[in-house]
Amino acid sequence: MDSSQAYVKTELTPDMPPPASTVGFIGWMRANLFSSWWNTLLTFIGLYIIYLVLPGLLDFTIFSAVWEGDSREACLGPEVGACWPFIEAKFGQIIYGRYPLEERYRVDIAYFVGLAGLAALVIPGVPYKKWIGLFMLVPYTVMTFYLLVGGVFGMPYVETALWGGLLVTLVVAISGIVASLPIGIVLALGRRSQMPIVRYFCVAFIEFWRGVPLITVLFMSSVLLPLFLPEDVSFDKLLRAVIGVALFASAYMAEVVRGGLQAIPRGQYEGAMALGLNYWKMMGLIVLPQALKMVIPGIVNTFIGLFKDTTLVLIIGLFDLLGIVQLNFTDSNWSTPVTSHTGYLFVAAIFWIFCFGMSRYSIYMENKLHTGHKR
Amino acid sequence: MAESASYVPEVKEVDRSKLKISDEIAIQIIGMHKWFGTFHVLKDINLTVNRGERIVVCGPSGSGKSTMIRCINRLEEHQQGQIIVDGIELTNDLKKIDEIRREVGMLFQHFNLFPHLTILQNCTLAPIWVRKMPKKEAEETAMHYLERVKIPEQAMKYPGQLSGGQQQRVAIARSLCMSPKIMLFDEPTSALDPEMIAEVLDVMVSLAEDGMTMIVVTHEMGFARKVANRVIFMDGGEIIEQNEPEEFFSNPKSERTKLFLSQILHH
Repeated sequence: MDSSQAYVKTELTPDMPPPASTVGFIGWMRANLFSSWWNTLLTFIGLYIIYLVLPGLLDFTIFSAVWEGDSREACLGPEVGACWPFIEAKFGQIIYGRYPLEERYRVDIAYFVGLAGLAALVIPGVPYKKWIGLFMLVPYTVMTFYLLVGGVFGMPYVETALWGGLLVTLVVAISGIVASLPIGIVLALGRRSQMPIVRYFCVAFIEFWRGVPLITVLFMSSVLLPLFLPEDVSFDKLLRAVIGVALFASAYMAEVVRGGLQAIPRGQYEGAMALGLNYWKMMGLIVLPQALKMVIPGIVNTFIGLFKDTTLVLIIGLFDLLGIVQLNFTDSNWSTPVTSHTGYLFVAAIFWIFCFGMSRYSIYMENKLHTGHKR
Repeated sequence: MAESASYVPEVKEVDRSKLKISDEIAIQIIGMHKWFGTFHVLKDINLTVNRGERIVVCGPSGSGKSTMIRCINRLEEHQQGQIIVDGIELTNDLKKIDEIRREVGMLFQHFNLFPHLTILQNCTLAPIWVRKMPKKEAEETAMHYLERVKIPEQAMKYPGQLSGGQQQRVAIARSLCMSPKIMLFDEPTSALDPEMIAEVLDVMVSLAEDGMTMIVVTHEMGFARKVANRVIFMDGGEIIEQNEPEEFFSNPKSERTKLFLSQILHH
């Protein structure tokens, strides 16, 4: 090295604040909206799309919307927006279906306890999460079953044909979600098993259920299954739908979980085995916690897909949230040009809230469980 | 070799007179063969290890040295011959395999800590779930060993927050929590930066001083010279030569050993 390049630093440079253009709102806009001419163009295109859509949507749902009335008369007329009285009048059906009026308190209890339990599980800082989770899994499920079906403790029996609306959507979706995760995990482990019989069974199961459309599954379960069963054995239609949806989702879940299992390095298995953990402890304590954490986005994706797929139960004559709203479009008392728009918008909003909630919670969980390289 | 100019970690002086070897046999390998598919990786391995022995296994990469020690706790299955560990013969009996794994600790090149658990949980997991130790007692034991490897202050952190040397020391503590009778080291310092190798070797030296039976696959010849009572040289899946470290380094018998030593030693 040339001796003129020799250099010794004698004083430390003090910390200085960053340039004003990189911090605060201006800095955020520069970084996120106008970082290049291409992004600037996209920002303006985005703003233009919002300008095109938003005023119309706001006008339809709020400014020109009809808020009061008790029949179609209120919602007739030129330039009328959403017909909210229709939703109000049908609200009971949307939530409970044709569940008898005087028995609806039973559904309310199930809703309320379920919501409270879920909130306790989801909100950080609530103690005894393990016990609440266990309560929700076993006693709550049993309680809800007897509450909704009845026939015990003087509660009259309510056949599932009367259930409908959000009740059916939630029953199918939640049973499907709760059943598909454990079944999926078992199938994924089985598919990676050393034992050929277990492995082939799991592969066959997964490929069968992934290979048929859900509509076919539901249709088969409601039309074909009774043909195979003895005549006096009758299987509840809703139960058949639940089982169909759960098994269908399990197959997808299994592949999602398998993806996570394959991403766990061999060293983790060896580390666990070298400590003397047997197969189930190794899987339960070391491999699955890491694998499941890794595939949270995929798991929630499957949950969201399952939640929306519940609308397909319409095909076998069950009226879920969407089905019951559609059914009410035919009510001549509420037949207006905007009824169906209103109904679909409302259903879409409800589905969106549920799915968005699941999505946000999954992001929260991912961050919470992330221990890999946070410093 | 290019790396010959690189940093050579100091291994502290060991008082060999304190290192006792008992007559009791810890591990016995008799006529063991292993194949990966059709590839014959281990050929007629015979090795007897007494309690308190510190054996260093060296050899070129692909010589089968890692595979050999991985057979001892059945991370690899041998196809012929016998392996008897602590009086128990390794067979397909899963119970016996778990029994042996409880008594044999193992250290890996890449540490294999569990990234989703804290350092303390890494150390208490096996004692709680395998040894059925009460949680409190397991935590006390874990803290004891974490102090011994000089990182008790990291107990609540996650492995991802520690340096490589710290992680390997945690792995040693995790192993010690199971109070193993034998410890296997599979290139424990190969993945570490030079300045971290010494801190891990120090812990290994102190284990030797406590009388631990150790089989160490390593290229740290300083460790072999000062700590080992036997050095084994493997090549092509066979044990080519074994001797006391002094003899082994100053007067290797086989041509292959001489070639290997000339490649890794730099004086």
